[in-house]
Amino acid sequence: MANVRHGTVKEPFIHITKNAAMPFWKGLLIRASAVIAAFILCSLLAYFLIGANPGEFLKTFFEGNFGSNAASAKLRIWKLAKDTAILLCIALAITPAFRMRFWNIGAEGQVLISALASVAVVYYNAGRLEDGPLLVLMFIASIAAGMIWAVIPAIFKALWNANETLFTLMMNYVATFFVAYCLVKWTPNGSSVLGELKTGHLPSFGHDYLVLILVVLVTTAFMFVYLYYSKHGYEISVVGESQRTACYIGINVKKVIIRTMALSGALCGLTGFLLVAALDHSVTTTSVGGRGFTAIIVSWLAKFNPLIMIGTALLLVFLNHGAGQLATVFRVSFAFPDVVTGIVIFFVIGCEFFIRYKVHFRRKTRTAQVADNGSGGGGGALDSPGDNEKPDIVPDKGGKLK
Amino acid sequence: MFKKLVSLCLAVLMVAGLCAGFAGCAKANADFKIGVILLHDESSTYDKNFITAVEDAQKALGLSNSQVIIKKGIPEGNECYETAKDLVAEGCKVIFADSFGHEDFMIKAAKEFPEVQFCHATGTKAHTEKLSNYHNAFASIYEGRYLAGIAAGLKLKAMMEADSTIVPKIGYVGAFTYAEVISGYTSFYLGVKEIVPTVTMEVQFTGSWYDEAEEKNAANALINMGCVLISQHADSMGAPSACEDKGIPNVSYNGSTVSSCPNTFIVSSRIDWAPYVKYICEQTMAGKAIDTDWTGTISTGSVKLTDLGSKAPVEGTQAIIDQYKAELVAGTRHVFDTNNFTVNGEKLTSYLADVDDDGTYTGDTEVVKDGYFHESEYRSAPYFDMEIDGIHRINSKF
Repeated sequence: MANVRHGTVKEPFIHITKNAAMPFWKGLLIRASAVIAAFILCSLLAYFLIGANPGEFLKTFFEGNFGSNAASAKLRIWKLAKDTAILLCIALAITPAFRMRFWNIGAEGQVLISALASVAVVYYNAGRLEDGPLLVLMFIASIAAGMIWAVIPAIFKALWNANETLFTLMMNYVATFFVAYCLVKWTPNGSSVLGELKTGHLPSFGHDYLVLILVVLVTTAFMFVYLYYSKHGYEISVVGESQRTACYIGINVKKVIIRTMALSGALCGLTGFLLVAALDHSVTTTSVGGRGFTAIIVSWLAKFNPLIMIGTALLLVFLNHGAGQLATVFRVSFAFPDVVTGIVIFFVIGCEFFIRYKVHFRRKTRTAQVADNGSGGGGGALDSPGDNEKPDIVPDKGGKLK
Repeated sequence: MFKKLVSLCLAVLMVAGLCAGFAGCAKANADFKIGVILLHDESSTYDKNFITAVEDAQKALGLSNSQVIIKKGIPEGNECYETAKDLVAEGCKVIFADSFGHEDFMIKAAKEFPEVQFCHATGTKAHTEKLSNYHNAFASIYEGRYLAGIAAGLKLKAMMEADSTIVPKIGYVGAFTYAEVISGYTSFYLGVKEIVPTVTMEVQFTGSWYDEAEEKNAANALINMGCVLISQHADSMGAPSACEDKGIPNVSYNGSTVSSCPNTFIVSSRIDWAPYVKYICEQTMAGKAIDTDWTGTISTGSVKLTDLGSKAPVEGTQAIIDQYKAELVAGTRHVFDTNNFTVNGEKLTSYLADVDDDGTYTGDTEVVKDGYFHESEYRSAPYFDMEIDGIHRINSKF
């Protein structure tokens, strides 16, 4: 494949080649420096925009996550763990579908409808059942609701190849308005605020959030094993790589799509159940609060690996809490934390480029031949998930010297 | 190369951390702190009204920024309770929340921290929960809307005198069929009716507190039905801008819209929360009790009318408003005087209002006495939820 250029041909100032194998520590180092560089840029922005010196910036960021005194430290660390767990749980839910290249952006609606299902069970139970059986019913209702919301677009995709991105997105709106409808129905005084339900609370051990966090950790382990060490996980990967290959080796693609989306929906259902039974004990149209979309970034940054997702979910929640504290302390609008989060994510995604590709600058004197392995010209780092696992097939996009 | 970069970054970080440490030491320890929990940030007119109030009160009391902690964007769920706890941990002695749905989570926190005061705007449960550290507050905004109605009535009267074909029909864009909205549009209608007795009103609900497109649609629908003047109770610019486009006079809410609607803006009523925020800070600092249900009035400076618009209002409006205002303050005039309206063609002599929010949604307290409906007296949040004659609801599914 290697095209041979001679010294007489003018060499471009910069050229890029695919980086075959980078040691793990080096990749980690690049990512860490990207985060640090992003923080330096953010602290400069903070200095010029809101007048926070870099010291205050970092201190505030740190305090937002770990507290400013012993009492708030305890609260905020638990909050960090809890928010990470919820975000992670949604990211786990969308991951199997994404590995299959089924772009499910409907986690927001799937979680919301599951939360509504749990609330509906408590509402219509009206205190008749004890919390034990009630929780079982809530759990079943939430899982079922999440599965139904996810399987509808899956069926349309599998049978008629309907665009799943638009379909799942629209299902989000349906879920939101369905919640609004139920709230109007359940509050005859017209307030549309249900308030905290008195029954159907998940029992707590040790700490209010401990059960939730443990459930999510067990789910993470399960998903890791399921995706990497089970036949289903393998089928998902094959369907994701090539549906034709999957057909050829006898995988029932339709079945895999529907089954995988049912699993995605069930995990969203679990999240919805946890939101209601362990945290809110109520539902509003904004109960999920955009986390169904943030989870996509979590999953993608981790290259769809459930174990790495723990880290990426933590990073996003960390940014959110730290930047939120900045907004509070410096009295700026919520746009500023979003800018900070955006910059850091941009750097993290951007640095993937330097991990996957090598940049060569033109040297001053040229004598030797230059072997050009014809890299794809370096598209966005996020263009193709799972690239690392694929054998390195060199694209022939350039092809000019053939 | 990378190692150098990393070590440089680390060095910068360490120096920065050191600076932070010193900066922290320099801050003086203040013993009073108030925490404020808001549903959105300043992009919502509703929350902006609270932010302005808190900042005004802070200035009046001479508190520093570190003594007034404002938490924006707190949803109506566990996160509200979590934030309240966080504010307690930060040393707040009094915590204030601005949205109706925060109530249950504030009560939960109030039960856990009896030494901290919890104050909640627009809530309904303080008088039945009977916690010494949990309080509700609202304002008699129906009086403000009534006065805005007077200004609208004068405009309507002038329009009818100028063009005898005009039918006195006005429109109102409401959020939900909730007592706060019903009380608001009824008092506005009664204000207009005081000047133009033959007026009727159409009400269109949107089912959302903030939905610009829907509010605009509702206002346009009302205008197409022949409504010649519009008011609203929803938080976006939807209805006022629709009115400006079509040249229909508008009475606004939450603040003046004169800058974007110069031709059609008459007046706006709003609740000024600064007196309440100041009150709870002062009471807490002095170790005195805070009222379980606090109702701000025109006298406390809580119910305000903005300056009149420059083009739409009729000349002499301000003097007439001031006259009615004086009567309301003196107690010689009541907005919900039973001589001024009928329900199903009959004068109201008795009404059981749903004052106790016990989840049953049934009336429990007699509120018609001495010839008028006693709004915001048995609890601060409004409970007038009747359909009076002359007002027609186009949709009531919300």
